[in-house]
Amino acid sequence: MLSRRNPQLNSHGELIHLLSVEGLPKAVLTQILDTAGTFLSVNDREVKKVPLLRGKSIFNLFFENSTRTRTTFEIAAKRLSADVINLDIARSSTAKGESLLDTIANLSAMHADMFVVRHSESGAPYLIAQHCAPHVHVINAGDGRHAHPTQGLLDVYTIRHYKKDFANLRVAIVGDIVHSRVARSDIHALSTLGVAEIRAVGPKTLVPNDLREMGVHVFHDMKEGVRDCDVIIMLRLQNERMSGGMLPSASEYYKSYGLTEEKLALAKSDCIVMHPGPINRGVEIDSQVADGRHSVILPQVTFGIAVRMAVMSIIAGNEA
Amino acid sequence: MNALRIDAEALYAELRRAVQPHLKPDTALVGIWSGGAWLAERLKQDLCPDAPQGVVSSALHRDDFSARGMAAGSDATRLPFSVDGRPILLIDDVLYTGRTIRAVINELYDFGRPASIHLFVLVDRGGRELPIEPSFAAAKIALPPEQRLSLMRNEAGRFEFTVQEQS
Repeated sequence: MLSRRNPQLNSHGELIHLLSVEGLPKAVLTQILDTAGTFLSVNDREVKKVPLLRGKSIFNLFFENSTRTRTTFEIAAKRLSADVINLDIARSSTAKGESLLDTIANLSAMHADMFVVRHSESGAPYLIAQHCAPHVHVINAGDGRHAHPTQGLLDVYTIRHYKKDFANLRVAIVGDIVHSRVARSDIHALSTLGVAEIRAVGPKTLVPNDLREMGVHVFHDMKEGVRDCDVIIMLRLQNERMSGGMLPSASEYYKSYGLTEEKLALAKSDCIVMHPGPINRGVEIDSQVADGRHSVILPQVTFGIAVRMAVMSIIAGNEA
Repeated sequence: MNALRIDAEALYAELRRAVQPHLKPDTALVGIWSGGAWLAERLKQDLCPDAPQGVVSSALHRDDFSARGMAAGSDATRLPFSVDGRPILLIDDVLYTGRTIRAVINELYDFGRPASIHLFVLVDRGGRELPIEPSFAAAKIALPPEQRLSLMRNEAGRFEFTVQEQS
């Protein structure tokens, strides 16, 4: 049975939780992208709200802080007419010593219909999905180094919007891949959707070797890595990586792996530049590139709302 | 395919005659996805090539969402004109329970406040579950609930009806 192998799908193969892009069939990814297309136009209406999740309660459980991601989920839920409850969980129940599953049991008793979970531990959303009531749906909003599926989906939505088709694309993901849940989700989504060539570009300390087994081409020289690419996805360099001895300094990093106009010129002339945000200007991306004509960083944010609306409405409509 | 034959082209000719006097310069033809959208497109072509025309989908206002889930995302509403203050002729192929009409009226109101909405359909098959009546129906046909009547459009752009048994 499909459902036994993948806790995200019910026995009909329909999405009931979104925990990871890994293991989701192409048809489910395509359904999410198509549905997101419908919701994108809701932004242009006089009434930017549809009643699909009216009467549903969505709890944002951010065990790890992320104002921006939480806000995009909140906007998506509100445009679907759901009631949204934001819990400052890191400073409340967990601090008082309550276990994760006790917190979930308590919130379920408040008649939650959906949990949006951000957690520093990989696998926390899986644990919640396995222990919550059958009618409750779980969305992973980023867990440890493991996955950030809605970011992966909004990235492929953005690529489809500008490039129409995945089949002949060469996509480079540049930066701290080893610590990046975004990179992992992107790679799974891109390979399921049939992208011709996926490249991982970065210093040896930040690009894991096992990527080659996933069919990803690894480059340590950025100029070679972005050459003839259709899409460049830049990753944020987290400041804490500097202190761990993985990198010499921010300026050294920028010299080798920062996206400048000079390096961008090696990619295809219609290449798009993406970044999950927040961007560090002058660390992983030059200001002129971030604001330039190849950049689709702000459209990514807009598409992100539509993709999250699509995921919420699809899983809410499917039964376990 | 059932033995029942309905001449969709003959009914379309009746619909066209009924719609014609209602087409004022600012009137919009809005077809309900998908059969109604084909009808609105053809009415614009045949009657008034300059008429504002759009497609409306019930997907985001359906009342059976919790039971049936999210429909595939291809049937998006497209209204390339301002709805505010505009008379709207709402066009559909088959009128049945009235639930789709309720949903698309809500959908139209998300874009503004129309001056009026009048409903024109090819076939009224009865079975209403809401107080909704069309301004015009080219035919009234009684069908058992398990039969599904749908409009098809062939490659030449001609209309045909099919009747399918629902499980």
